[in-house]
Amino acid sequence: MSDKAQTPVLQTSHLGIDFGGLTAVDEFNISIAPTEIKGLIGPNGAGKTTIFNLLTKVYQPSRGTILLDGKDTRNMSPVQVNHAGIARTFQNIRLFDQLTVEENVKIGLHDHVKYGMFSGIFRLPSFWKEEKRAHERALELLDIFGMANEADVRADSLPYGAQRRLEIVRALATQPKLLLLDEPAAGMNPSETEELMNNIKKIRDEFNIAVMLIEHDMNLVMGICENIVVVNFGKIIAEGTPTQIQNDPQVIEAYLGGRKEED
Amino acid sequence: MELFKKLKKHTKMSFLNYGIVIVFYIVIQILAMSGHLTNSLKGQLIPIVSYVIMALALNLVVGISGELSLGHAGFMSVGAFSGVVVSMSMAGSAPEPVRLICAILIGALLAGLAGVIIGIPVLRLNGDYLAIVTLAFGEIIKNVMNCLYVGVDGAGIHVSFKDAGSLGMAADGKILINGPIGANGVTKLSTFMAGTVLLIIVLIIIQNLVNSRTGLAIMAIRDNRIAAEASGVPVTKYKLIAFVTSAAIAGAAGALYALNYSTIAPKKFDFNTSILVLVFVVLGGIGNMTGSIIAAALLTILPELLRKFADYRMLIYAIVLIIVMIATNNEKVRAFVNGLKKKPAQEEAK
Repeated sequence: MSDKAQTPVLQTSHLGIDFGGLTAVDEFNISIAPTEIKGLIGPNGAGKTTIFNLLTKVYQPSRGTILLDGKDTRNMSPVQVNHAGIARTFQNIRLFDQLTVEENVKIGLHDHVKYGMFSGIFRLPSFWKEEKRAHERALELLDIFGMANEADVRADSLPYGAQRRLEIVRALATQPKLLLLDEPAAGMNPSETEELMNNIKKIRDEFNIAVMLIEHDMNLVMGICENIVVVNFGKIIAEGTPTQIQNDPQVIEAYLGGRKEED
Repeated sequence: MELFKKLKKHTKMSFLNYGIVIVFYIVIQILAMSGHLTNSLKGQLIPIVSYVIMALALNLVVGISGELSLGHAGFMSVGAFSGVVVSMSMAGSAPEPVRLICAILIGALLAGLAGVIIGIPVLRLNGDYLAIVTLAFGEIIKNVMNCLYVGVDGAGIHVSFKDAGSLGMAADGKILINGPIGANGVTKLSTFMAGTVLLIIVLIIIQNLVNSRTGLAIMAIRDNRIAAEASGVPVTKYKLIAFVTSAAIAGAAGALYALNYSTIAPKKFDFNTSILVLVFVVLGGIGNMTGSIIAAALLTILPELLRKFADYRMLIYAIVLIIVMIATNNEKVRAFVNGLKKKPAQEEAK
């Protein structure tokens, strides 16, 4: 615990949620350091996406607390959580289909473009100035994934992998402190996954943010995560570095049903 | 021409719409000067402009915000009667154009206020539920207008929801709105030119709103509400902005419409009117402002043009609606139209 001096960007304690009689997540305690890349893995239905939905307040937790940069998010709405510094992508892609790629990124910039409705209607100088800034910023962000030349394409006409990348760019545009990626490599081929891995590292280093990702591709998880949390049936069953996790008997049991993994 | 090509697509569309309105105005003026404008068409000019504005307002909610409203005639009604009260109570104290401008502004303001009052509870709902509740509110507004009595005398404006006698006016008092009978003896202040100017202003407001940060946020909520929230866009605020702007514009259209007639009754703004405007929006293409302008104008004139078919008029009107509906949704027709659009571009490439 060398990073104890730093306030964690996210800290949860006793976090849990029930749906009717079903406890989906229980006693979920994690701490994410300001520039950490953390993996969240577990078998299907373990509650990983539910945890993301709790952190972003799509679901209201039944119990426990979430501290974002030391601040309790108890009374925050999803919008306020985003403004406070958590951005996310979705497992089932949620882009603004009828808008262009650039416009999708501009939605991410929404809170950082400073002009009101009336300057927009009457095209006051602040409109032109801020729109120009937003346009340049959007292209800069798209350039991280080499998508700047697709800025005017409609989002729903992008190939699948590009849609996933666009979601990450949109999330980055909101200037988060913590980026939550829900299966960013789903549907990507090995070379695309490789490129994505490098890009996630690049984003962390350039923007100085923490990243938490849910992923089933173990090459990606083991390759870039500094720490991994394993959940099963809504509870944490193991936590540690990739090497520790790979050798944890409980994890092996959860994934393979009690037999030792042969590599 | 080079400069025009450089403009963004939506900027081109905006200028196309201003162009259509201006050309329409000029054509009508030429027809009027050369004496080719029939009286029946002349009488239709202001209703056409009013319905075009209504269609644009409703398209902002249906097409841009993605919510179905079935009660927009209610906002038109609020604008119409507040416009009548304003213009009549200013009679003699201000020149006619000033009275018209004040009537339209106050009509828009009060309809916008009604939009806020209705929008706050209604916009918590989605989809079909929202449509049904807006329908109910439209009917509520109509019924409130049905029992609204307004009079003016030396002491100012009197309002009652009981009957004309309980207004308690002085002897010189004049009844402006008489319950279900509506307003009588209204001075016709609306002119085609004023309507065209209002239409251009409305187009500027809607198109600039849509092509700004605000419009982008509204469309993002339409496309994916959860993603919009996760991207930091406050959903209720932007839904309300779209709804209230639309209501205020509908109010302005209502004031313009009402001040074109000497008599106007609340039952004019019933459910059928809401549906009529929705038909304009759907036939013109949801989210397509140019389509709304053309559909509203043509379909308002159409019943007049079909007058020679006498008894079969509404039958043919219905058939035309069905044909347009089929044609605009038919893939072959669409492919044909797209083919026409693409040809010039391909020739250039060669």
